[in-house]
Amino acid sequence: MLENLEKIRQQFQEELKAVNSKDELEKIRVAYLGKKGLVTEALKNLRNLSNEEKKTAGMQVNSLKNEIEAAIVEHQKVIEEKEYQREIENAEKYDFTIPSNREPGTLHPITIVQKKIEDIFKTMGFIIEDGLEIQTEYNNFEAVNIPKNHPARDMQDTYYLENGQLLKTHTSAAQNTIMRKYGPPKKGEPLKVLFPGRCFRNENIDASHENTFFQLEGMMIGEDISISNLIYFMKVLLSEVFERDVKVRLRPGFFPFVEPGFELDINCAICGGSGCPTCKNSGWLELLPCGMIHPNVLAMGGIDPDRYIGFAFGLGLTRLAMMKYNIKDIRLFNSGNLKLLKQFTR
Amino acid sequence: MLISMNWISEFVDLSGVDIKDLINRFTLSTAEVEDIYEKGKDIKDVVVGKIVEVNDHPNSKKLHLVKVDIGSEVVECVCGAPNVYVGAVVPFAKLGGRVGDLEIKEVPIAGVISRGMCCSEKELGISDDNSGLMIIEEDYPLGTDIKKFMQLEDIVFEVDNKSLTNRPDLWGHYGIAREIAAILKRPLKPLELADTSVYKDLPSVDVKVEDTDKVYRFSCITMDNITKKKSPVNMRIRLTYCGMRPINLLADLTNYLMMEIGQPMHAYDNRKVKEIRVKTFNEPVEFLTLDGVLRKIDTETLMICNAKEPIGIAGIMGGELSSIADDTTSLLLESANFDATSVRKSAMRLGLRTDASSRYEKTLDPEMTVTAIERFMKLLMDIDPGVKVTSSLTDNYVKHYDKITIDFDKAYIDKYTGIDISSDMMEETLRNLGFEVNRQGDNFSVVVPSWRATKDVTIKADIVEEITRIYGYDNFEIRSTKSLLTPVRHSVERDNEYRIKQLLSTKYDMNEVHSYIWYETKLNKELGIVTEPNIRIINSVTAENDTIRATMIPTLLGFVYKNVDTYPEMGMYEIGRVADGLKEDGLCNERKRLGIVLASKKMSEKDVFFKLKEAIEQVMIDIKNITPVFVENNEINKYNYVHPVNSAGILLKEQEIGYISVLNPKIRNNIDKKLNVVFAEIDIDDMEKVSAVPLKFKEVSKYPGVTVDLSLLVDKSMRYETLAGYINEYPCEYLSKYYLIDIFEDEKLLPGKKSMTVRFEFVSMERTLEGNEIQSMVDGLLASLKDKNIELR
Repeated sequence: MLENLEKIRQQFQEELKAVNSKDELEKIRVAYLGKKGLVTEALKNLRNLSNEEKKTAGMQVNSLKNEIEAAIVEHQKVIEEKEYQREIENAEKYDFTIPSNREPGTLHPITIVQKKIEDIFKTMGFIIEDGLEIQTEYNNFEAVNIPKNHPARDMQDTYYLENGQLLKTHTSAAQNTIMRKYGPPKKGEPLKVLFPGRCFRNENIDASHENTFFQLEGMMIGEDISISNLIYFMKVLLSEVFERDVKVRLRPGFFPFVEPGFELDINCAICGGSGCPTCKNSGWLELLPCGMIHPNVLAMGGIDPDRYIGFAFGLGLTRLAMMKYNIKDIRLFNSGNLKLLKQFTR
Repeated sequence: MLISMNWISEFVDLSGVDIKDLINRFTLSTAEVEDIYEKGKDIKDVVVGKIVEVNDHPNSKKLHLVKVDIGSEVVECVCGAPNVYVGAVVPFAKLGGRVGDLEIKEVPIAGVISRGMCCSEKELGISDDNSGLMIIEEDYPLGTDIKKFMQLEDIVFEVDNKSLTNRPDLWGHYGIAREIAAILKRPLKPLELADTSVYKDLPSVDVKVEDTDKVYRFSCITMDNITKKKSPVNMRIRLTYCGMRPINLLADLTNYLMMEIGQPMHAYDNRKVKEIRVKTFNEPVEFLTLDGVLRKIDTETLMICNAKEPIGIAGIMGGELSSIADDTTSLLLESANFDATSVRKSAMRLGLRTDASSRYEKTLDPEMTVTAIERFMKLLMDIDPGVKVTSSLTDNYVKHYDKITIDFDKAYIDKYTGIDISSDMMEETLRNLGFEVNRQGDNFSVVVPSWRATKDVTIKADIVEEITRIYGYDNFEIRSTKSLLTPVRHSVERDNEYRIKQLLSTKYDMNEVHSYIWYETKLNKELGIVTEPNIRIINSVTAENDTIRATMIPTLLGFVYKNVDTYPEMGMYEIGRVADGLKEDGLCNERKRLGIVLASKKMSEKDVFFKLKEAIEQVMIDIKNITPVFVENNEINKYNYVHPVNSAGILLKEQEIGYISVLNPKIRNNIDKKLNVVFAEIDIDDMEKVSAVPLKFKEVSKYPGVTVDLSLLVDKSMRYETLAGYINEYPCEYLSKYYLIDIFEDEKLLPGKKSMTVRFEFVSMERTLEGNEIQSMVDGLLASLKDKNIELR
């Protein structure tokens, strides 16, 4: 019996040496430890022995079994390592410089810039609103304090439609509708709205003139909104928009829908304010018109001008996109020219 | 507008003031300064010289050799001017001096050495007169530097006219001086005027204002015995520096007054104009304006006439025939105030915008008319003391502006500014600007000065501007608001719009485009696209593109056409507006629409169709959690670019939101025969009527499921929707889902039929299903389908 065990051990060790794959290893495991394997048989044969012999031989068989199991596990690791080495050695070296052919889709540059600005204003609590492109004369003019006979209403700048409506000439055309939608703000909760939109001017187009362009307007109305607040909001928001600590400067400016009205300048990014050709040596760039909403405009929007004050500002979105991407020809925006538009991947 | 600092300093003491700094403060407090010019710096060592000898130039017929006495010496130079004569006193530029860009050096001119230069007015920048040498009429010692008596050195700054549109008072130097006085907190000197009351007993001028709608005030006076023809040199310098061309004394004076106090005036030759009628004509008339153009005057345009005929277009331009001539010695001086809108519209209709009309457009102060006459007379009589006044001041004050009083208190101003400006400072500012201030502590009652009361300052908020701009916005302390922190109400529609764009661009690699709100008529015609009549623009400068689009698709197809030579595959979309006809109230039915077009030369038309369908499904599932349904819709066949067979309406729940279609082959062939084009249009407003389905989480079975693929043989024409309907009819509690995985068609193998392979998934929430259970479910299903004539392939 014991000799037999020793024979099995030697035979196993011999055979194991020749094993080079997991399949062969499994075969050998079955040949020794499987249901009809040699070690299993040997265990079965124990029952033919006397109790005394059974004890000794049993220990021997079990020891052999453990030994074989351990050897198989050990050998498996060696095989795995070898297989791993083989896979690495045979691995195909990829040409990482082969391009992937998928062309990314793009957003329109206006969408990209507009989204960025909307997100900035949202962080300061502004609601984003929208307005119609085809407007009534009332919304576009009367409601923002541009009465009949005002030069701004002279026919030539405005696209008038057959039914007396017009294509809105400025985003301010949405002011009245928005004021009426939200109503007078609650105490301590000023109305903060941003409303981008597409505007139209009836003129011939060239590299720097478009009849269709985007503006973005904002307003804030409350019981204690002041000029001081306007300057603060403009400074912090524009610093985010331009990703630098901008300096702002207010000058008197006249727009019928605000009183007082301002032209807001920012310090020139190119020279930092010391003067250069871009800023005509003034150190300042004229950026946006703003002001305190005219009491007539508030009143027409159903908001009591004796109780509420508001500020408003407008920004040329198309112009901003031109600045950001250094676009020289404004006609790009509505051209549908994919060679140009496919560049705006972000 | 150009502003001369020399002129300003007549009215405000500028001593010790840094002029550049002042101009900067002017920009911040009043109006934008666009440019600053330093005048006269380029004139150096030009002195009074007397020509004592004139000889012919040996080598030139045009040139002369001239000897000039400049006091200390007699200098010889070459001179090309035609008006050289012995005894002429002229400005003479000495060696080492400078005239404009020209440095005066010893140079040979046509072979003769010249040691200086006799100058014309143009060379000195005094006027544009280059006809000959400037003759100095005043009596100055020879050798005197001309800058001693000519105000050549000046700082002139240019104010952006656009920033003055609302300030009628700033269209002359005196108004600008008032601002500067307020900024500097220095007094404004009064204008020196002639006293017209001494002529009150003279006969008045025969003036009749027949059209009282368009006239506020008409003032005039007549004068005789005017002997001087040329205005003084310093007046000419100022006019030139301010962009006006000196002409003759009387014309220059009216221009000078316009530049000084902003009141346009007109000088008529009194010989031709004895009486004045201010009126419109019942019939159009022709009129020769003083620029020599014969103009048609319509019945709306206000005219100044004498008893017989028109002599001027009110507020715009005088007439050729009544204007000041060389032999004029008597004048009728008009100083009037006309209705701003009337002048602006007349000027627009005539296409004739003048310095005068652009001032009247701003709504000038009618109080100015008499001041202007008295100032004119003062200046004229200083220059030409022999002038005789021949009429009383004749003044028709037709319409007055209301006197405006505004009451406010400091608290009101503080609320607006958000800072604390003292009442004393407010009072000082307002007084300096000409307001009459009545104040008790912090309570103010102010009277708006007439020059600000025509339209500019009317309400309390206007007072805020006056106080704050002089205070300086740079001096404001800036603060955030005192307000509660509340979450922002975000707009789902807005988010959806951006989400749609992101999905189409990033998941389906499409390009977002923008296009015009009107149809491109020419391009549509070229492509054979027929659009229905829609509302039109009545005054477009590009008249052919006057129809507002009712659908997004034609423009997108145009873009496909424009890009097809460069790109064999395209995906474009736009979210834009259309006018889908008119609503019941007569207003445009403006809709927000998403238009998408996919085009490919590589993919089959069918694949392109299903790619676009997938994109639409994905978008709707993403933003609404609803799978849209595609249905037959004959309505869309009204467009000639829609495919009569392969087009479908899109439903979201029951709401129709748009359609998808293969491009009609007729239009396709006009773009490119090999290009497969599919497009869709979705009405975003309709889409947003359908609310999103909330996402519901469901437990999944812990037990393994079983999938069974069944290839079902159906009629070739059967749609998957029909098959799915039959499957749904079979009740089976363990069938968790099923979906189409393949369609096989082969006319030889399966004539008249096709095979749809559907994958069925069976699972139970309670236990593992047994094989025979599944078999009996499949058998049941097949039996049920057999009733519909569907068999297993």
